[in-house]
Amino acid sequence: MSVRSPGARLARLGPGGTLPRSALPELGWDDFSVALLDGVAAGQRVAAYFGVAGRPEVRGERTTHLHLVLADDQASTLFAGTTTIAGDRLPALTPRCAELHLFEREIAEQFALALDGHPWPKPVRFSPPFADLSGAAPSASPALRPDAAARARLPGVVDFYEVQGSEVHEVGVGPVHAGVIEPGHFRFQCHGEAVFHLEICLGYQHRGVERALSGGPDRRSVHYLETVAGDSTIGHATAHAELVEALSGARVPPRASAVRAIALELERLANHVGDLGALAGDVGFLPTASYCGRIRGDFLNLSAELCGSRFGRGLVRPGGAAFDLDEALARRLAERLDRAFADSRSAIELLWDTPSVMERFEDIGTVAHQDALTLALRGPAARASGVDRDVRRDHPSGLYRMQQIPVSLADSGDVFARAVVRWLEIQRSVVFVREQLAALPRGPVRAAARDLAPDRIAVALVEGWRGEICHVALTDGSGHFERYKIVDPSFQNWSALALAVRGGQISDFPLTNKSFNLSYCGHDL
Amino acid sequence: MLKLLQARLRQGHRTLRYPDGPAPDLPERFRGHPTLDDSLCADSCRACVDECPTQAIAVEPKLSVDLGRCLFCGDCAAACPTGAIGYSRDYRLAARSRADLLVDEERAVRLASALDGEARRLFGRSLKLRQVSAGGCNGCESEVNVLSTVVWDLSRFGVEIVASPRHADGLIVTGPVTANMRFALEATYAAVAPPKIVIAVGACAIAGGPYIDHPEAANGADAVVPVDLYVPGCPPHPLTLLDGLLRLLGRLPADRYSAHS
Repeated sequence: MSVRSPGARLARLGPGGTLPRSALPELGWDDFSVALLDGVAAGQRVAAYFGVAGRPEVRGERTTHLHLVLADDQASTLFAGTTTIAGDRLPALTPRCAELHLFEREIAEQFALALDGHPWPKPVRFSPPFADLSGAAPSASPALRPDAAARARLPGVVDFYEVQGSEVHEVGVGPVHAGVIEPGHFRFQCHGEAVFHLEICLGYQHRGVERALSGGPDRRSVHYLETVAGDSTIGHATAHAELVEALSGARVPPRASAVRAIALELERLANHVGDLGALAGDVGFLPTASYCGRIRGDFLNLSAELCGSRFGRGLVRPGGAAFDLDEALARRLAERLDRAFADSRSAIELLWDTPSVMERFEDIGTVAHQDALTLALRGPAARASGVDRDVRRDHPSGLYRMQQIPVSLADSGDVFARAVVRWLEIQRSVVFVREQLAALPRGPVRAAARDLAPDRIAVALVEGWRGEICHVALTDGSGHFERYKIVDPSFQNWSALALAVRGGQISDFPLTNKSFNLSYCGHDL
Repeated sequence: MLKLLQARLRQGHRTLRYPDGPAPDLPERFRGHPTLDDSLCADSCRACVDECPTQAIAVEPKLSVDLGRCLFCGDCAAACPTGAIGYSRDYRLAARSRADLLVDEERAVRLASALDGEARRLFGRSLKLRQVSAGGCNGCESEVNVLSTVVWDLSRFGVEIVASPRHADGLIVTGPVTANMRFALEATYAAVAPPKIVIAVGACAIAGGPYIDHPEAANGADAVVPVDLYVPGCPPHPLTLLDGLLRLLGRLPADRYSAHS
């Protein structure tokens, strides 16, 4: 067991989640790993853990700088620190800290490192390492070349966890699914109907977002963030805007914060209502499925009234918001919100009154409280397993610093719990949006853009509808992004889906999957 | 049971009257077909070109926009000092060829013509489509899904999204076609029995969207499969999508709907 050197610890991030990079403690590997493991043991969790390529001239050997951001939800504090590893190997801490498992696989893949001691060292996205793609022409991508090496890199063409035995069989699903959804591969080990194990293999949606953000911000940056996970446009665009604002010292006008918070809650409303309808559809309860499919559109149309786009494209911009609303529009939005909410209540409450629905929701796809903690789940998936965690309360930014929304919790961890948490959040978001529309602060909605400060780190956390969206930016000496790290809540939560179906019936997979409704492209980036 | 009936009464009948009746109202800030006015362009001004995230705009020889590349973000209109470029609420944007999506002051998008001959006979009253997301962000996918809700009720036109390429007459492709989905898209296309059609939905599937020229993706579906209909937008409004589909099937009376305002 390593012993921490006296005084070696992570730095606390200041207001706005930013620090000069020189204030980031550069720890030795032993101190770094102890700081990480001790922090997690004390109830903190890993918000981000990622690599930055070292400059080759620093030492004779190739180096990778590892950056860690720990979140202490109780104390509303973020901690950060770095360490440098030389050579081609990354020592895995996953055996002692399960929530790291995908972070470590991601670092290994992005920086072509071998993982030492990782229980499941596989690619995350089947993408060439960053170094192979810097400055690459479109045709130069190994994955696009139809040669043997490229075929070997085809996603999903890897060994999977296998259960063996005479009555064990394997079921493979995807990447192209039966519904209109994004691609991913699911490999089940089954015994009859019972699922022993599910391994989820993603990466099909990988578009190179993080790589392309390096060197920014530029005119394309915000559009990458708006399409990281297209159903979370406001969430990711807000995290990006907050980073840029923290790095440039821009002061966001209060009215802009209000508009952004309204848009974020409208995004939550549309998706939660849509999800409850889809859950009803997956158990064959068509009234709620049909009604919610339509009502989701009513909420999307409120976003379109605000900015012209049902998905909030073009609304959030660094410095504030690109669209304002006058009193007449605010009143109209409030009226339509009330109508859509009344329709939602009539559609959704049918679920709880229908025994055949409850029979299919309860005790299906359960994630135990302890597993949710161990995997550091985000968002409604965590709250449905009784994990009292919500960025809007724990690490508030923008309007949420002043205006609180009660955290919605359930404790059974099953499909029912994830449904009921959504319904609670719908009700609370409606109250919140109604209040904000009635009391918009006066003033402008946008502050002038400024250049980013050089050599700083900034972290932004936003509670998107799926949970915590974490963006981290490191600027170089000229005030450009040297590294832009995105952690979508799906990155952590896909593992929960794999756990949730274990021991259940394979026919419950679609329902369980829908109860998480995770993002493929948010994971694949 | 009583509550079920109450809810049923409350929710009412919600299917649009379009296309027999008028199209639904679009929000005031909706960004549809661009409005361009060359005469307002100041000499050597390139504000819109410099602002555009996807190089969709040219000012030489004249102000023009490639709707296949356009994200309809409005950044150009916000940057333009004279109002030479803006966006109308005209939702009709779908075209049969890439060239038809290039618009300037005189030339609006050349709206999609109907399939002809055998294809129209086969698909005009019954078209089954399989959707393949190949790097789509779930924006376009969501709007495709919306067409199956009670509001749009796509199946009243004989158009349905089906679960297998073996049941399909064609594909709806979304996303720029990531390197990691290229093989799956090729295989899915091959699994559809000929004759077959492909519909590229959204800026990514038409030209790569924000991911233009990324080594991790192709610049749209037609780099991999032949495309019969391009539906611009990021994502396209469901009305734009439905309009494109109905035009392709010859289900919109040309005299009533194809004249461009």
